Amino acid sequence: MKLPPLAPISFRCLRVWQRNFEIYRQNWKISFVPPLLEPLLYILAFGVGLAVMVGEFELQGRTLSYTRFIAPALVAVAIMYNAFFETTYNSFVRMYYQKTFDALLATPLNLEEIILGELLWGATKSLIATLLMGGMISLFGLFDYPGALLLIPLALLGGLCFAAFGMICTALVPGIETFNLPIFLGITPMFLFSGTFFPLQNLPGWAQGLAQLLPLTHLVALVRGSALHLWSGGMWLSLLYLLVFAALLLPLAIKLMVRRILH
Amino acid sequence: MPILQVDSLRKSYGSLTAVDGITFAVEKGECYGLLGPNGAGKTTTIRMLYGYTPRDAGRLQLFGLDIDEQLRQIKSRIGVCQQEDSLDPDLSVRQNLVGFARYFSIPQTVAEQRADELLQFFALTSRASDNVRVLSGGLKRRLMLARALVNAPELVILDEPTTGLDPQSRQLLWQKLAELKEQGITILLTTHYMEEAERLCDRLVIVDHGQILVEGEPAKLVREQVGQSVLEIAAPDAEILDILKKEDCRVETLGKRLLVYLQDGDELFLRLTRQLGTANCTLRPASLEDLFLKLTGRELRE
Repeated sequence: MKLPPLAPISFRCLRVWQRNFEIYRQNWKISFVPPLLEPLLYILAFGVGLAVMVGEFELQGRTLSYTRFIAPALVAVAIMYNAFFETTYNSFVRMYYQKTFDALLATPLNLEEIILGELLWGATKSLIATLLMGGMISLFGLFDYPGALLLIPLALLGGLCFAAFGMICTALVPGIETFNLPIFLGITPMFLFSGTFFPLQNLPGWAQGLAQLLPLTHLVALVRGSALHLWSGGMWLSLLYLLVFAALLLPLAIKLMVRRILH
Repeated sequence: MPILQVDSLRKSYGSLTAVDGITFAVEKGECYGLLGPNGAGKTTTIRMLYGYTPRDAGRLQLFGLDIDEQLRQIKSRIGVCQQEDSLDPDLSVRQNLVGFARYFSIPQTVAEQRADELLQFFALTSRASDNVRVLSGGLKRRLMLARALVNAPELVILDEPTTGLDPQSRQLLWQKLAELKEQGITILLTTHYMEEAERLCDRLVIVDHGQILVEGEPAKLVREQVGQSVLEIAAPDAEILDILKKEDCRVETLGKRLLVYLQDGDELFLRLTRQLGTANCTLRPASLEDLFLKLTGRELRE
């Protein structure tokens, strides 16, 4: 597979971010509802319904309620969803149906800047969701501070990872319906098996190994460790994983999009 | 120095050669037309001019700058109105203009002033706060053109600006384009409406299969290549065919209709009508459409 070299990228990528932000701001009343209400629904369902059956359990020497255990994972999942769905469906609509990128290519912007702007916007959506959800969850006293403040940089890092993953899908899918495939094969399994709703240790050994390959596993580990002050040396490895993941996938996503649109 | 210099431009998609060695130059202040049937390579050529489509070979210079070295600077000095609607449906009419100016690093206050001027110029002021989703095709086109002018470009590139518009919208756009030309803006236009090209273009090329067939001033080209006038004869009988055989003129048979291309004068027409009556004969001036069809043939494309 031959990929084109990247053109120089300038501050102009922020103009694309700004465009998306402006439209988001116009609709903020609607955009704000899901991240605020979603944790309430989960806390209600799991905290009231499921927690009764699960009860409290011990993790890294600390006794945790089930609600407390899943609260950080909800934020990690939101980081994944917000970035991934922004750079898949939303970017695809802008690219394919609205011809936004075509219009922008006739301005001093180059395609690399346009795509990077989209990726940064995807990560920003993750950050906004994290702030709203985290704030709501904190009202219930489910997060420990100051550790939970680390969720801000983690939202950006995780957001960039999943924005890049989404953009790669956008560069490769023939049509918008095909996004079902990466969702079914990637996003949904990650949602279920990344230590989100139960500790990875409950899985058989081979499945634990597989789970270590998933980016959400590492994001969940970092978010949970920070928000609940469950520090461990493994968090450094998870951080390294996400940094390498982002460093590899971001340029790849841009190159694949350049190949798709220009060649 | 020409505003735009295109040298031996080439582009292939697999085995299909879309643009096959095109060379032309556009001078400052003129309106230059790129005519051709669907699939002739017009849009591909246009897209290579602003770096959207990478070219396979050839040299492109705008404002004397090489596109490989100074694409960004070139793009800040041109305005492009694409064939397909690429307006931002999430924004209002005015926001589409002001927001677009930001990509050119135009300061907000200047952008707003420029947007209001353009809204006025294109008679869109009353629709300024409307969402673009509710605009008709003609209004969208006007807004597309307004948006292409937001950076006060020296060269405007228009890809089929009036395709799909009703006659009223088309007339208005032609009038506006003529006004832009008077302001000294250089225009490069693709079209397959001959009336549009005749009305607006100082010079033009007709392209087909990625190659230039002819270049020049429209009226002059028609006179040289087609003639002065065209005599159309509906349902010709044997007698007419007999007479025409003896004449030295190009005759084209289209089913039940004959086209006779006349170099100069209406002498043949007068003779024919005297002998046969005028019932089935119409004399009209030769047009760009005659030239276009002569060069690109009458077969359907695509």
